[in-house]
Amino acid sequence: MSSISKHRKEKKKGWKDIPIGGAITEQKTSLKNKTGSWRAIRPVLNPKKCTQCMMCVYYCPENSIHIDNDNPERGGIDLDYCKGCGLCANVCPVNAITMEEESVFGNKKGKNDKEK
Amino acid sequence: MTKKNSKSKTEFVKPSFAKHYETTKPLSGAYAVSEAMRQIDPDVVAAYPITPQTPIVERFSQFVADGKVKTEFVPVESEHSAMSAVVGASAAGARAMTATSSVGLALMFEVVNAASGMRLPIVMPVVNRALSSPINIHCDHSDTMACRDAGWIQLYSENPQEAYEHTILAIRLAEHKDIQLPVMIAQDGFITSHAVENVSLLKDKVVRKFIGKRKPIHSLLLSKKPVTFGALELPDYFFETKRQQQYAMEMALKHYDNIAKELSELTGNNYPMFEQYRLGDAEAALIALNSSAGTIKKVVDEMRKEGKKVGLLKIRLFRPFNYSQVSTLLRKIPNIGVLDRSYSFGANPPVYSEILSALPSSKSNVFSFVYGLGGRELYESQIRETFEKLLKGKIKKGINHIGLRE
Repeated sequence: MSSISKHRKEKKKGWKDIPIGGAITEQKTSLKNKTGSWRAIRPVLNPKKCTQCMMCVYYCPENSIHIDNDNPERGGIDLDYCKGCGLCANVCPVNAITMEEESVFGNKKGKNDKEK
Repeated sequence: MTKKNSKSKTEFVKPSFAKHYETTKPLSGAYAVSEAMRQIDPDVVAAYPITPQTPIVERFSQFVADGKVKTEFVPVESEHSAMSAVVGASAAGARAMTATSSVGLALMFEVVNAASGMRLPIVMPVVNRALSSPINIHCDHSDTMACRDAGWIQLYSENPQEAYEHTILAIRLAEHKDIQLPVMIAQDGFITSHAVENVSLLKDKVVRKFIGKRKPIHSLLLSKKPVTFGALELPDYFFETKRQQQYAMEMALKHYDNIAKELSELTGNNYPMFEQYRLGDAEAALIALNSSAGTIKKVVDEMRKEGKKVGLLKIRLFRPFNYSQVSTLLRKIPNIGVLDRSYSFGANPPVYSEILSALPSSKSNVFSFVYGLGGRELYESQIRETFEKLLKGKIKKGINHIGLRE
């Protein structure tokens, strides 16, 4: 089961157990909101074409394309938070990223995509 | 002061309570509220002038300038900003107040809902004035009635003395740990806000002891317990947050009498949710809010002298609304007239609608009267005429009008 579907099945608290007035008293709760579930199209990288220019890294509005400090190459796409906006594919100067229908993948992650 | 009911409230203080009072002096309703605000000494007041609310904040800003309060006063550019500033201050943990009227309340409506949704105990005196259009500066209740579903507790005040005491009461009601809701205190524009009556003011230290210090449940300024206010809530949690608001209103209904009793022990006056005036054996009763209740009391006294069994039910706490209590009080009265100073266009007027829901299977005849829109006067003779009609029970169903030219 992917982390997204786990998130969907998480038992939610009732009205007596949450802080009043919609206040958020925990920190880093945005991490729990796996916005990847909003995605309708998925970016797929062709590593043979990629020149490691990093354009996609800088443009990604969700910081979902990571660079590893030890291995400064373009990392995989964090599909937990990639909303599928397609900016990376749009700015890629060598057309190494293509956007594909999410439905063809089911719940599977691609081999270039980083598991979190 | 010849009115029997007003003796203890304005001119004379009951001797056993005199030690809690500072003075009795002539004040308008607006000035009486500004005196309450001075004694409350809120941390933040943000406000924008609007007739007939202006004298409240005008006089309060004088207190700020004279150093009589420690309040941070924010003169903003609109009511929307006034309520926004007060919401921010209250979320930070401050005791925050503002005041407004009519279209000012309408302009802040978006943030009025945010205040109750974020459960911020803001206290706001509202001086009732008609909503536009046509533009009109005089009294009716269309402004506060438009906010009756906004999640604010609503207290209605008959005279300057009540407006003063309600403002103090409102702080405790709003900040109660189980309630945490904003409160608006209504008084009639010009009729109450600008008319001068004797008002007995409590001692500053008595008020400060009664209201105590605000203990916020969450505060933006507590860096060890960081908190986010007003964040997005999607369909998965929004409903639960709204259910909490409904619960808070139920808690307000539960705790109101105890808090009111505590204030009664200081002032010697009572603050029942519904004030009964010679209602016990009444054959005809009128139900009213705010200043009209005072005029009706005078007519009731006169008609009682003539042996006519008439009475009044004055609604003080309109939100939350205690249906079971009002039903108990009215059950045995054959003819009831509900006075509304606003329409709910195309439907039953607001107060009438509540009374009807409270008396679903009652034998009482409940009639609706709309009166006084845009400051149209309500004369004693008209009240007497309405009582006479009620005693005879010959009134048409649907909405009747008092003082309207056909």
